[in-house]
Amino acid sequence: MSAYQPVGGKYFTRPFIFFLIVFLIGFYFMAERFILGMGSISNLNGGFSWGIWVVYDVVIGTAFACGGYAVALTVYVLNKGKYHPLVRPALLTSLLGYALGGFGAFFDMGRWWQFYNIFLPWHWNFNSVLLEVGLCVALYIGVLAIEFSPAFLEKIGSKKLLNRVNKMMFFFIALGVLLPTMHQSSLGTLLIAMGHKVHPLWQTWQFQPLMAIISALTMGFSIVVFEGAFVSVGFNRVSETPLLRGLGKAIVGLLITFLAVRFSLLLIQGNVAYLFKGDMASLLYLLETVLFVVPIYILISPVRRANGGKLLLAAISMLLGGALYRFDAFLLTFDPGPGYSYFPSMPEMMVTLGIISLEIMVFLIVVKTLPVLPREKHS
Amino acid sequence: MKRRDFIKATAASAAVVCGPETALARPNLEPAENAVGMLFDSTLCVGCKACVSKCKEVNSMPPVIEGDKLSWDSARDLSPKTLNVIKVYKDGTAESKDQEVDGFCFEKRSCMHCVDPGCVSVCPVTAMRRDPLTGIVTYHADACIGCRNCMVGCPYNVPQFEYDEAFGQIQKCQMCNQAGVERINNGQMTGCAEACPTGATLFGTRKELLKEAKQRMAMKEGEIYNYPRGDLSKPDHYHEKAIPAYQQHIWGEKEAGGTNVMHISAIPFDKLGMPPLKERSSASIAEGVQHSIYNYLALPAIALAGLSFVIRKNINEDTEDQGGNS
Repeated sequence: MSAYQPVGGKYFTRPFIFFLIVFLIGFYFMAERFILGMGSISNLNGGFSWGIWVVYDVVIGTAFACGGYAVALTVYVLNKGKYHPLVRPALLTSLLGYALGGFGAFFDMGRWWQFYNIFLPWHWNFNSVLLEVGLCVALYIGVLAIEFSPAFLEKIGSKKLLNRVNKMMFFFIALGVLLPTMHQSSLGTLLIAMGHKVHPLWQTWQFQPLMAIISALTMGFSIVVFEGAFVSVGFNRVSETPLLRGLGKAIVGLLITFLAVRFSLLLIQGNVAYLFKGDMASLLYLLETVLFVVPIYILISPVRRANGGKLLLAAISMLLGGALYRFDAFLLTFDPGPGYSYFPSMPEMMVTLGIISLEIMVFLIVVKTLPVLPREKHS
Repeated sequence: MKRRDFIKATAASAAVVCGPETALARPNLEPAENAVGMLFDSTLCVGCKACVSKCKEVNSMPPVIEGDKLSWDSARDLSPKTLNVIKVYKDGTAESKDQEVDGFCFEKRSCMHCVDPGCVSVCPVTAMRRDPLTGIVTYHADACIGCRNCMVGCPYNVPQFEYDEAFGQIQKCQMCNQAGVERINNGQMTGCAEACPTGATLFGTRKELLKEAKQRMAMKEGEIYNYPRGDLSKPDHYHEKAIPAYQQHIWGEKEAGGTNVMHISAIPFDKLGMPPLKERSSASIAEGVQHSIYNYLALPAIALAGLSFVIRKNINEDTEDQGGNS
């Protein structure tokens, strides 16, 4: 018998209907974008050609979707079997996050009708970091689907196929650890070619991939803690807090590494002065640091770590910190030069909110239908 | 795998990539042997915008009209409808030309045709290319997917996407040599150089233009110099003028690997809106990092083999321990 079970219950709950409405509004603007062009609904311009669709939907959305990556690394590579119950929910959110990140990327393509060119080898430019990101993310969506497929195969009762998939699973899990390591670090490498446009507090040159991969892992782990805690509350289930707080220790290690590398680079690359300018960039940097320090403070103490609410607070703080780090580098302190500014338009934001709503709706439907969440132990 | 070994392996691969000299870092690209380009001498520009108008004619683009000013093109910056624009620098009372304080001058904006172009480096589908003979940076809409990485990767914000079209494309200056125009291949010069009455925009090979710029720089302020107009290899006209107080700086000789379109001026370039570039191109750093990680996919292949081995072992142990499935 599987260790997972469907939650059950009706689909059209009040929150679901709320998300459906948000999605429909977003969908309306998506249609407008395809009929009238991107300029009709977005504030993208010659200097800011990457707005929230790229920076939120792809750069940050896929980092939020690193739960599957973080858990697979813990359970299968570092061999911490006790975290196994977290695998499926984490994989599902990863699959959804990445699939919608892929959709967001397609949506943002100015020449979407020939998007397939990126899959044609004779077009490939191996110097391009974005090529690596694009191909690697596409491949990873497929790998996630296979990693998650046992939930579906159990439901339809296809034992033969399930056994075959399970036999091959070690290889797909290995890919599922390798591929995010590759493209999540590349998301940082993307910033190198932007050169001076990236603020010196965020432009760490050849250290970009390292910063990006650490931030992806921290966000991956904290989304697992966040979801675990949230699902317990939302679906009225037995708390997974004892399980989650062990992950807290891993997060502390990652957070301290992130901050240590970051501050060392400030010193080595001679950018300390930018910290004390008192401008928006320095304030945002400070805010990020606070958001990284709060979870360290909470998670480093066994007492605070054992408290479900504090655990949730730590996860949220960390998620915001990681998201802000990427937002700041790509958008908020991004400076293409005189004459350009950007703030997303209302329709642009509605499209992104619509995509997030779609993600939540699909998550709700799937956990109610397929065996995704761990079977509850009645005590 | 033990946690310590895992951390060690990870740190080792990070060291390969982040080392001060990344394993496969490449130097800046070199200029094409017979690269063509332009020299813009801001001190000669009178702001007539004949080049803007000629550029629109050659590229079949409409003028930008602002309000009821119908008599001239009011383009203020590059856009999908403006590949070349003249901007004005103004300070204080703007009394005299080429004076930093209380002065004014004109500055041209168009593709610089970088020697080591960021747009070419970042494009995933090779829609931006550097012509191996002329060094011209060209755009190919048939390959382009519209990701707009070229726009963020360009230090000068040159490539412009047609946001207002349902089926838009990138627009940028291709030195009047794109298919259907091909002025350079036909032995002509660029439209803007041809139209420029003062020789502020001068066409030629990068080598000759650089020599010309250095010659002007080397002269003393106030000396009379015979300025050529049009195509430097066969100027159709000269005019004599006193040498102004040039900044001893040829923009594009070295910036980020250099450019084929170079600028000289009497006012510092940061005042004219040029970006703070170093000599090393960002593209060369990014490519160095990328190739250190992905050369022949060797590192990922080793990692995949190692991960497969470890994960398979861990799953088997797990199954034996529990006697159940995953």
